[in-house]
Amino acid sequence: MAILVIAEHDNSTLKAATLNAVTAATQMGSDVHVLVAGAGCLAVAEQAANVQGVSQVLLADDATYEHQLAENISLLIAELGKDYSHIVVPATTSGKNFMPRVAALLDVAQISEIVRVDSADTFDRPIYAGNAIATVQSLDAIKVITVRTTGFDAASAEGGNASIQSVSVSHNAGTSAYVGAQIVKSDRPELTSARVVISGGRGMGNGENFALIEKVADKLGAAVGASRAAVDAGFVPNDMQVGQTGKIVAPDLYIAVGISGAIQHLAGMKDSKVIVAINKDEEAPIFQVADYGLVADLFDVVPKLEQLL
Amino acid sequence: MKVLVTVKRVIDYNVKVRVKSDNSDVDLNNVKMAMNPFCEIAVEEAVRLKEAGVATEVVVVSLGSKSCQEQLRTALALGADRAIHIESDEVLESLTVAKLLQKVVADEQPGLIIMGKQAIDTDNNQTGQMLAALTGYPQGTFASKVTIEGDNVQVIREVDGGLQTVSLTLPAIVTTDLRLNEPRYASLPNIMKAKRKPLEVKTPADLGVEVKAHTRVVKVTPPAERKAGIKVACVEELVDKLKNEAKVI
Repeated sequence: MAILVIAEHDNSTLKAATLNAVTAATQMGSDVHVLVAGAGCLAVAEQAANVQGVSQVLLADDATYEHQLAENISLLIAELGKDYSHIVVPATTSGKNFMPRVAALLDVAQISEIVRVDSADTFDRPIYAGNAIATVQSLDAIKVITVRTTGFDAASAEGGNASIQSVSVSHNAGTSAYVGAQIVKSDRPELTSARVVISGGRGMGNGENFALIEKVADKLGAAVGASRAAVDAGFVPNDMQVGQTGKIVAPDLYIAVGISGAIQHLAGMKDSKVIVAINKDEEAPIFQVADYGLVADLFDVVPKLEQLL
Repeated sequence: MKVLVTVKRVIDYNVKVRVKSDNSDVDLNNVKMAMNPFCEIAVEEAVRLKEAGVATEVVVVSLGSKSCQEQLRTALALGADRAIHIESDEVLESLTVAKLLQKVVADEQPGLIIMGKQAIDTDNNQTGQMLAALTGYPQGTFASKVTIEGDNVQVIREVDGGLQTVSLTLPAIVTTDLRLNEPRYASLPNIMKAKRKPLEVKTPADLGVEVKAHTRVVKVTPPAERKAGIKVACVEELVDKLKNEAKVI
């Protein structure tokens, strides 16, 4: 039986996270279909059809699915998903929101945030904030899975040649309505897919001081992140938070500035290839995971770092 | 309006877990346990709704071994009115927990159900959504603000990229994110009073739910260790290492 990947998109662009989910899906079996559910999202379906490894794109274009409200889209996915062996979605806030609802409608378990496919029914996933890895076998006929995108390479966005099939199923549970959204605008790369991430913590002192690391970020083409302490202190908005309860990143280079390295934060970044810590407290736990540590006052060091780049 | 809150007993979030040497699970012997931090936020939100005159009664429920009653007493000390313990020593997967809660919801008929967004042990982030599916109620996950407006609840949700606001028809299920509120501490007199508040014990069999395994844990292993790093003396050395040794910039 085929595998159904649910596309993450904003009705005009296919989000990169979908490409990682497609890679995970191809490791579970060969016939990968992608469902694009939204409103006015034909362009997304066309992008999905070009993704390497995708053999079929299902397009559910209906006003009901515009904001991917869990109540409506879960009914659609549960209906289509009955004919698949696996239903896979990237573990973004959107996928995390509707996918367990799909699993319950199908009366099967969900296996959350897998980082490795061992076989078609067995997967590795982190538990206890990444301090242990559980190898879990599904005993259900349909495997409902969310994929931690940093665990899988992105499938190529070009080279595929899937056909697009329209699905005209409209589900409206009638219990929820979209009111609005406040999306933070940024010219920098997206945190979860950036090659370099520089994050600030409580040590930054205030929100204005984040300008120091933003300058370094601009030189490196990096995304800017933050620890929970910096978010809770109101320095930066919460969508910048890296950690167990924020975003999980695994860039080539992660620079932690003024971050002590609590378990919660490490869970979000310790799979980065190279970790740099800049902290004036040499006992800070961040130094235990850092490849390169610099014990110094960030206010001296960060401007110097910017000059040298 | 009655508010139902769920709480889970988990390892204290400050404890660093160790994997058992036989790789069967993590070692929870003699480890400090506590209420899951997201559940504390759920209890706090319910108590605030009561203090604001929106909620008339706060019922707290926990599932698991007898020791969960400690966390139920904590919730009662924080302001919940009564507790329900669904006692089972078996492993309760998210779907089973959702099915058991579905029965509790059917009995109690709450107007609002508040749950944590995820438990810090399994890191699943599933139960609230699953309960929503089983009851057919709408869901406001990862909530950072909850406002009751007549027959609706407006929920501001933390999503990738920012915030999203949804309006849900009551009864509804809300799962809490970190910034929803700052949980209070229980005072000693309230801890004493909590001992006399009602706590009802039921079993999965009483509720007519079969505890079924949908997954099997093959093994639990420690994550790959990172090799020890080095300390550099100055920024120049750091940049040099990143350029020439690590080759990442």
